[in-house]
Amino acid sequence: MDKFTTLTGIAAPMPLVNIDTDMIIPKQFLKTIKRSGLGVNLFDEMRYTQDGKEIPDFVLNQPAYRSAEILVAGDNFGCGSSREHAPWALLDFGIRCVISTSFADIFYNNCFKNGILPIVMPQDVVDALMADARKGANARITVDLPSQTVTTSDGKVFAFEVDSHRKHCLINGLDDIGLTMEKAASIAAYEAKAATLRPWA
Amino acid sequence: MTAPRTLYDKIWDDHVVHQAEDGTCLLYIDRHLVHEVTSPQAFEGLRMTGRKVRAPEKTIAVPDHNVPTTLDRANAATMTEDSRVQVQALDQNAKDFGINYYPVSDVRQGIVHIVGPEQGWTLPGMTVVCGDSHTATHGAFGSLAHGIGTSEVEHVLATQTLIQRKAKNMKVEITGSLRPGVTAKDITLSVIGETGTAGGTGYVIEYCGQAIRELSMEGRMTVCNMAIEGGARAGLIAPDEKTYAYCMGRPHAPKGARWEAALAWWKTLYTDDGAHFDKVVTIKGEDIAPVVTWGTSPEDVLPITGVVPNPADFTGGKVEAVQRSLDYMGLKPGQKLSEIEIDTVFIGSCTNGRIEDLRAAAAILKGKKKKDGIRAMVVPGSGLVRAQAEEEGLAQIFLDAGFEWRLAGCSMCLAMNPDQLSPGERCAATSNRNFEGRQGRGGRTHLLSPAMAAAAAITGRLTDVREMMGEMV
Repeated sequence: MDKFTTLTGIAAPMPLVNIDTDMIIPKQFLKTIKRSGLGVNLFDEMRYTQDGKEIPDFVLNQPAYRSAEILVAGDNFGCGSSREHAPWALLDFGIRCVISTSFADIFYNNCFKNGILPIVMPQDVVDALMADARKGANARITVDLPSQTVTTSDGKVFAFEVDSHRKHCLINGLDDIGLTMEKAASIAAYEAKAATLRPWA
Repeated sequence: MTAPRTLYDKIWDDHVVHQAEDGTCLLYIDRHLVHEVTSPQAFEGLRMTGRKVRAPEKTIAVPDHNVPTTLDRANAATMTEDSRVQVQALDQNAKDFGINYYPVSDVRQGIVHIVGPEQGWTLPGMTVVCGDSHTATHGAFGSLAHGIGTSEVEHVLATQTLIQRKAKNMKVEITGSLRPGVTAKDITLSVIGETGTAGGTGYVIEYCGQAIRELSMEGRMTVCNMAIEGGARAGLIAPDEKTYAYCMGRPHAPKGARWEAALAWWKTLYTDDGAHFDKVVTIKGEDIAPVVTWGTSPEDVLPITGVVPNPADFTGGKVEAVQRSLDYMGLKPGQKLSEIEIDTVFIGSCTNGRIEDLRAAAAILKGKKKKDGIRAMVVPGSGLVRAQAEEEGLAQIFLDAGFEWRLAGCSMCLAMNPDQLSPGERCAATSNRNFEGRQGRGGRTHLLSPAMAAAAAITGRLTDVREMMGEMV
């Protein structure tokens, strides 16, 4: 997993609420057995017509946002299906950070496993960042994970909260499985105890 | 004396392998369910790192999302190449890693969330995960069950644990009894209508109250299945005599002395008096009506007697979202919900593909025919549900009514297989998501109960099932 420390990049505004994982990556693209190559189909049904032409109004098709690395989105981003294809598609497109007032639980988890930082901010801050994002390609937002701040293109600084374990893993690009394998003895001890207490399980 | 605990607290405490100073826990997983869409990258990860499946005996796989449901599906040509590759990858991974497997050719094959309970893999007090958000279904047994992403699937395969922080406790109480024509599906949709799709974010919900107690296990699975649509990590219902009766004798349920020991344990799985809930929602059972969704979010739900709402009646980001929904759904504010004409009826899915759902639909359809021109299908949730429905004569009722009688799979719930809507087609569906494009690009979905879906098939429009039961509003 790629490390995430600081990121300065273009933020694309997506004020729509309840952007679900079917919108982020429709089901026909879940038939892959790989993690890569999904960026071209990110937001497919909002981004392209049925015959595959770009819909010019869609934010990521606009010249100012084609190389966006940050999304500023409406409430409850990533709701619906557990598909990790959603963060894979965002990452493959080049998005490393999503900012919203709230995220669906599974999507939020999935982001951290893929080097994407989801940031929860109060409504007034999301509104301010959305306004900043609307300024277009020359307006760049800076996300600083070690200091837990987001800085707008005109220098306003907002602090955010993040779980300490997740922050540590993201900054260092750590593989969860490797960390857990180090606790193999604890797992074995639990299994031995459970085999006595709950032998049917 | 220990402080009073909720059911969630108890199951959580029983499964903590290790707790870090910051509160992050390593949680043991008792059952890991696997399907073909969200697992290939996880198995590939194991191969690349030379890791094994830690507990193959606790891992159960079944293909469901991609598999065609037509009777000719043994013919490989019914699947697209990419679907076939995914299913074959699961065949191979199940074999290579030695996990329990129900291939397409097995009569027990079906939707993973129907097969798990049916085979007795899901039992009270367990932790159950699957790379699928509707894993919440298994909470009906008083097991802590939730969906995970593919990276976490790999984590569970390799370590049989999950890194978790504890969620908050939420109680959803449905008091009193349901009125005739009102079902578990109406409960779960009405709760989402009340709390919103993000109302449960950060919580595990425990459903309780008389109306929940009065539901069958099938109905409880329907309620918990859609906890995720309310944003909750999981939904739970404390086990009781109905739960034990459902589990008893299932192939993988304990037997003999082990059954007795299990039963004694299960009887401790309830929320203690005075336990703390961070949020409480109470709904009167008698206030719940048969409902339908009108928009593209499961929270867009109203009683069938209602009208399509006006975007101007909403606030914040929802104004734009509702306008977008109505444009997508081809509906106008003020239009009566019961006048919305449909093209397709889909009865099935992990929400409503169990035997009781088929009985409820058949009770409405018996001796009647679907309206001409309507495409209607019933897709049983498993091969065993299908066999039972045939034995009970339900299949014949569906066939006589003009429905297609399919083989088991996820089918039109998510349209990753040949069962899809065409652009603009409108479907009365017993599934769980009405998102844009969910049932096929441009397809329009109205979520409702199996009985309501059956009623809609007869009239060709969204219909109050109570009118067919001889009880007017």
